[in-house]
Amino acid sequence: MEHGQRMTDGRKRWLWLAGAVVWLGLPWLVFGNNYVLSTLVLIGLYALVGTGMTLLMGYAGQISLGQAAFYGMGAYTSAYLTAHAGWPAWLALVAGAALAALVALVVGIPVFRLREHYLALATLGFGVIMFTFFKEWKGITGGLNGFFGIPPIRIAGIPLQSDWQFYYLVSSFVLAGGWFARNVVRSRVGRALRAIHGSEVAASSLGVNITKYKLQIFILSAVYASVAGSLYAHYVTFINPDLFGIIPSIYFLIMVIIGGTASVWGGLVGAAVYVCLGEWLKAVVPLLLPNAGGEFEIVFFGLLLVIMLIYMPNGLTGVAPQGLRRCWKTSWRQSERATAVDSHKARSIGGEQG
Amino acid sequence: MEAWSQFVQLLFSGLTVGSIYALVALGFVITYSVTGILNLAQGDFAMLGALFCVTLVNDGVPFVLAIGLSIVAVMAIGALFERLAIQPARRSPVAVLIIITIGASFVFRGIALLVWGTNPYALRPFTGHGALEAFGAVIQWQSVWAIILSLASFAALHLFFHRTYIGKAVAACVINPFAARLMGIDIRKMSLGAIAASAGLGALAGIVIAPISGASYDMGMMIGLKAFIAAVVGGLTNAPAAIAGAFLVGLLESFAEGYLSSGYKEAISFGLLLLVLFFMPNGLFAKMTGKRV
Repeated sequence: MEHGQRMTDGRKRWLWLAGAVVWLGLPWLVFGNNYVLSTLVLIGLYALVGTGMTLLMGYAGQISLGQAAFYGMGAYTSAYLTAHAGWPAWLALVAGAALAALVALVVGIPVFRLREHYLALATLGFGVIMFTFFKEWKGITGGLNGFFGIPPIRIAGIPLQSDWQFYYLVSSFVLAGGWFARNVVRSRVGRALRAIHGSEVAASSLGVNITKYKLQIFILSAVYASVAGSLYAHYVTFINPDLFGIIPSIYFLIMVIIGGTASVWGGLVGAAVYVCLGEWLKAVVPLLLPNAGGEFEIVFFGLLLVIMLIYMPNGLTGVAPQGLRRCWKTSWRQSERATAVDSHKARSIGGEQG
Repeated sequence: MEAWSQFVQLLFSGLTVGSIYALVALGFVITYSVTGILNLAQGDFAMLGALFCVTLVNDGVPFVLAIGLSIVAVMAIGALFERLAIQPARRSPVAVLIIITIGASFVFRGIALLVWGTNPYALRPFTGHGALEAFGAVIQWQSVWAIILSLASFAALHLFFHRTYIGKAVAACVINPFAARLMGIDIRKMSLGAIAASAGLGALAGIVIAPISGASYDMGMMIGLKAFIAAVVGGLTNAPAAIAGAFLVGLLESFAEGYLSSGYKEAISFGLLLLVLFFMPNGLFAKMTGKRV
């Protein structure tokens, strides 16, 4: 945010324009390479879940170890309603989000009376129970064999099946989700959440209804996860319960920790780093250790998680502003001096720092 | 008669699993009492213990020696984990510490995957493949071992905390860390010792269960999570209650599996966890006190 304040309006406009060009032109920049595009779609889907979790963890300071359950709820609701009940995909997506919101409300009321260890355990327990249902409720979910033949999502009657179409669809959702999260953070709700994060006792004694706000943000994060799950179901057209268990919940947690919680875009940054690192490890590790099989990459993500939490607890978006400022200093030393004075002034008269 | 023998069979399988959970839950209670950390990597110590022991036994090391060596090795890993991952983050918020232990759990799991691969290993029972017949049910000797060892560990710990100097020092840290420090007790050493001891208990649990259900890189998570349920049901800092909780969870699972459906047993034990958390966050056996929630 500080970095944004210092930029002149003109430079800001160019940056927006460049961003828009890169966003829209990306499928051509990578020459329609389906591998790159599908990786980007995956990043987008995880980013959507991550954005919701960033709001929950970073701004409200509440931990969730069962977020994949909501992701799964969206995916299975969409899958069932479109494949077996013949609903249009968009209606099923909304139904999934509504279901996730309802479950989040019912589960959230008792869960958010708990704190710290107990909250972590309760969300974990919720995740395991939902996973068991995905696995055992075979009539609806297809059990461990998975759910096949999910029809594609349609826009104006055109089925979206190729990677580049999905790239635009998912990235639009990510941008809309990020924009909405940014507005939430800057609203009264956002300020209340940060107060809760700082001190629940203080927030509550200032008249902030902490349970209500925690619950609202939990529901919102469930909706984000559910929408991402619905899109995922239509994208790959096949889902199985292993995608929505405890390990995936922890991967979402890792993304949020990597991305950091200093900005609503932390979810996107974390998802991008997570997916790229995962793909890179899958390419490199078998060359070094030919016998490596299964989910060996968890070693690296585990180490990354521990090291980041010890040395960089605010994640990449937490340290990026400092790093950028350093680069800024070397290349724009002149303008830096002038703008630093400006921002100093702005701060001293009480300018808000986002 | 058929129904009766099935009941006894399920009872013993519940007690066996319960005693494994009890060993891990004990370690968990020790860690939590001394350091205030919910160590989600606890179950992975069981996994490491089992896999070490299998490897040593297959290499021809005598059984008892192999058990001892594996426990010591896992204790060393536990100590290393405390120094490298917990100690540097001592001042972090609780949520951060929990997530650090999740990360450590991933690391252990991943290393085991790289070293031992994805295939499960078998370990031979402690005392032959024989079985005991009682009330029309067949009970493996290994189950008897599991129950005896968990009760013996509890007795040993009880003596340790109430009869030895170090044990009393640890107990002092639990009751009031600040006062303990004033009395010249090194809390950092106690934290190291607590986590190493928990790791050793976990390793023993893994070794005991390996002949019954095999040893594989991914066995740790469920054992660990069930032990947490046991400890939470027991109230987190109360060792006898945690053991009672562990047997309760074991029996509940065993009967749910036998009479209802094997698939839903996880949902049932985690449902118990949620019920306890929502309605009795101090544990089922807690007396009404004004202390922390």
